[in-house]
Amino acid sequence: MTLELGHFSAAFVFALFASIVFAITHRDGTREMVSYGLYCFAMFLGGVLVAGWAMWLLRR
Amino acid sequence: MANSTAGRLKTANTTPEVNAMSVVAPALGWLIPGAGHIIQRRWIRGLLLLVSITSLFVLGVMMQGRIYRPNGGDILDMLGFIGDIGAGGLYIVTRGMDWGQGAIARATADYGTKFMIVAGLLNLIAVADAYHIAIGKKS
Repeated sequence: MTLELGHFSAAFVFALFASIVFAITHRDGTREMVSYGLYCFAMFLGGVLVAGWAMWLLRR
Repeated sequence: MANSTAGRLKTANTTPEVNAMSVVAPALGWLIPGAGHIIQRRWIRGLLLLVSITSLFVLGVMMQGRIYRPNGGDILDMLGFIGDIGAGGLYIVTRGMDWGQGAIARATADYGTKFMIVAGLLNLIAVADAYHIAIGKKS
């Protein structure tokens, strides 16, 4: 079975799973885990969007 | 004198406690992602790690990513192998089934290769976390 994910879909899936693992392994309490996981997820996707727009601007 | 004795006692108290679990949990966690946490009754954390790391690795295989082999040639191949081998049982099964050949013609296959490497590296972080729980450094 072959799967083809688009650029953003791949980045989304990557950010989701990596954030979960980072949150569990880098923080102690449940509350801290949730907030750190959300922070990581936002940083991952935010980074993708910023890098995407930066490349779009450089290309013009 | 009294101060140095107190200092030694303090150091002794903070020394990690090495026990059977501190060996079994990381080993099991490497073989099956999240199992190092599950065996220590961190059920939810273990299941989340299992689902996250396994999903990332399986998605990488499904995207026709390439699995690295211990060929000892190119330095980047060796680094890729170190990342992949971190996935433990997932890597063994993938090699055993002869999956992960890598489709060069597909652009997204390269994402799959990276997914598998990152899944292995994330599993190594989870293994270290399981060890820290076993020695009492983390709750």
